[in-house]
Amino acid sequence: MGAERRTTWLAVRQPLPPGRAAAVKLCSFFLPLAAWCVISYVPFVWHPNVRITDPGDSEFLTEGQQLPKEQFTAENAKLTREGSQPAKGYPANPIFLPAPHEVARAMVNAFTTPPAFKSDPWLHQSLWKSVQVVFWSFLLSAVIAVPIGLLAGTFEVVGKLTEPFTDFVRYMPPPAFGPLMIAIFGIDDAPKVAIIFIGTFFPLVLVVANTTRLLDPALIEAAQTLGASRRRIVTRVVLPGVLPNLYNDLRIALGVSWVYLTVAQLIGASSGISWFINQQGKYRKFDNVFAGILVIGLIGLVTDQFLQYLARVLFPYQAKPGHGASRAVLRGCWSIVRTAGDLLRGAVLARGGCGHLLARRPGAAADVARGAVVEEVRDVPVS
Amino acid sequence: MSPSLEIPDYREQSPEVAERFRRIYERPVVMEVRDLHKRFRAAAGSEVEALRGVSFDVHRREFVCVIGPSGCGKSTLVRMLAGLDAPSEGHILVDGKEVDGPCPERGMVFQGYTLFHWLTVRRNVMFGLEAKGVGRDKAEADARFWIDMVGLTPFLDAYPHQLSGGMKQRVAIARALATQPRVLLMDEPFGALDAQTRSQMQSYLHQIWQNVNVTIVFITHDLDEAIHLADRIVVLAAHPGRIQEIIEVPLPHPRTSEQWADPRFLATRARLDELIHPRAASAERLPLTRMTMVGDDVF
Repeated sequence: MGAERRTTWLAVRQPLPPGRAAAVKLCSFFLPLAAWCVISYVPFVWHPNVRITDPGDSEFLTEGQQLPKEQFTAENAKLTREGSQPAKGYPANPIFLPAPHEVARAMVNAFTTPPAFKSDPWLHQSLWKSVQVVFWSFLLSAVIAVPIGLLAGTFEVVGKLTEPFTDFVRYMPPPAFGPLMIAIFGIDDAPKVAIIFIGTFFPLVLVVANTTRLLDPALIEAAQTLGASRRRIVTRVVLPGVLPNLYNDLRIALGVSWVYLTVAQLIGASSGISWFINQQGKYRKFDNVFAGILVIGLIGLVTDQFLQYLARVLFPYQAKPGHGASRAVLRGCWSIVRTAGDLLRGAVLARGGCGHLLARRPGAAADVARGAVVEEVRDVPVS
Repeated sequence: MSPSLEIPDYREQSPEVAERFRRIYERPVVMEVRDLHKRFRAAAGSEVEALRGVSFDVHRREFVCVIGPSGCGKSTLVRMLAGLDAPSEGHILVDGKEVDGPCPERGMVFQGYTLFHWLTVRRNVMFGLEAKGVGRDKAEADARFWIDMVGLTPFLDAYPHQLSGGMKQRVAIARALATQPRVLLMDEPFGALDAQTRSQMQSYLHQIWQNVNVTIVFITHDLDEAIHLADRIVVLAAHPGRIQEIIEVPLPHPRTSEQWADPRFLATRARLDELIHPRAASAERLPLTRMTMVGDDVF
């Protein structure tokens, strides 16, 4: 019997067999989902609280309220002693993490529920608006930054002329330009485009210049010994030589555009996906918040998968197109996680402001569930 | 005493070889290198002398190898011949005209793989022709011819990453030859290849050189390669890079692998070895105590 070589799961820098690789990739989504399900559905894991579904005859319990299990048991014991209707509820965890089915329901509801006011956009309209803003601002910064970066990486005079200043501006946080941009461009989409532009343009120039410099100088020398003119070297050697890496840079920049979109829409916005997330956070409808974040994540994932596929079609001469790509995905995921974190923090802060009012207001919960906008907490655009 | 055991003088030439050299020297000089100096500015204002007073001529259709120990400025020399670096002093003339920057009249094959990886084999070879302004159909026909010459017609539409190292260098040779250079400069083009592929490539190159009207200046650090390929070998010394000797290889053409055992081959090899690896000096440098520590069975 031939000794079959055992494949180990942890081979240093060796590819996994295709089947295992696919399985592990699936797990990368499945495991977090499983963990989420365990926290949400398995009662004994981490459910010290009870969420009230029916307050019964209790005087202080309200629907949707969370309280520690001991207090709930004590209250029900008291109610039973008095012969009145006990409260009903289910075990819950104390963080604002809704269960998967709640988020799924919220996602469907968010798309199917009409807005509370006729003037407000549907969610899919908000989303479309956001996609447009991201697309145009990304396109604008790419169209300007890529040629500058290419020239900066090719000709030292251009590099020395542009990069020090670009490096300086890069350190200025784009949201800090918010009020200024609103003053200049008004309250429509223009200031958002401007903020995303500022956030992506300057890093992109530097990244493209750097990518250009990584091109093997021997290729340029080879072209020179073949008699290529300067112009021909730029258009026929430098540009095609860096194109696959440039493409990856742009994919990453697209991810960054989404991050700055969420920031931009916090400033004087009345539509857009992150405005939706922000509003829902204020109403403590965290199932909607997660639905919104997931929608952004899904858009990112689908776009990125599509762009990766496109790269394989566009650059058939790349021996291994997957390597840079998977790292880009990782960075994309990280930016999504960061955005989610920022929004969640914003939402928790906002809760201190007005969340408790809403919880008490009769009918508020119903409004909120429909994704309605309540006049008191509506963001007043800075003008 | 059998004459085959006698190692002849490497300068002794058979009448056939002597006649060949006489005919070579009658041909016009294609490339003239006159008193070439190259100094690099090192750190703290000091200067490093890479080449000192290098002069030699290359005649038409001649195959000249430049050989020398590492650090002797072989690559610096060929980069200056290509026009990629400027000499500090001295002149390089091609057909009597001073070299001023890179130009397709001096084609170059580099040590590393410098094929344009986004272009197919065909488009790689067409690159220089298109830069020259040759029409697309003519360029395509020429490219086919040169790719056929290096035996890669089945790979016309392959991308470089699909080719082996030897095949890549053959495409690079075809690409450099397609613009019909006066001189083909080769900077250790087979240095990265394994021994078998290298000897295969050497015979390919030799065949191409015999079929094509081209003059070749070939940089190498491999003694056998130099003797096998060259008409003349320019031997450099290091620190600073300078010419030690220009050897006329006393072997007739065409070169075959049987010649590797030829006494004249061995004589030339012995002389090159002496010039490049001076034995006394290298033995002196090795401390004996170190060597005994390598393993118990060494001594």
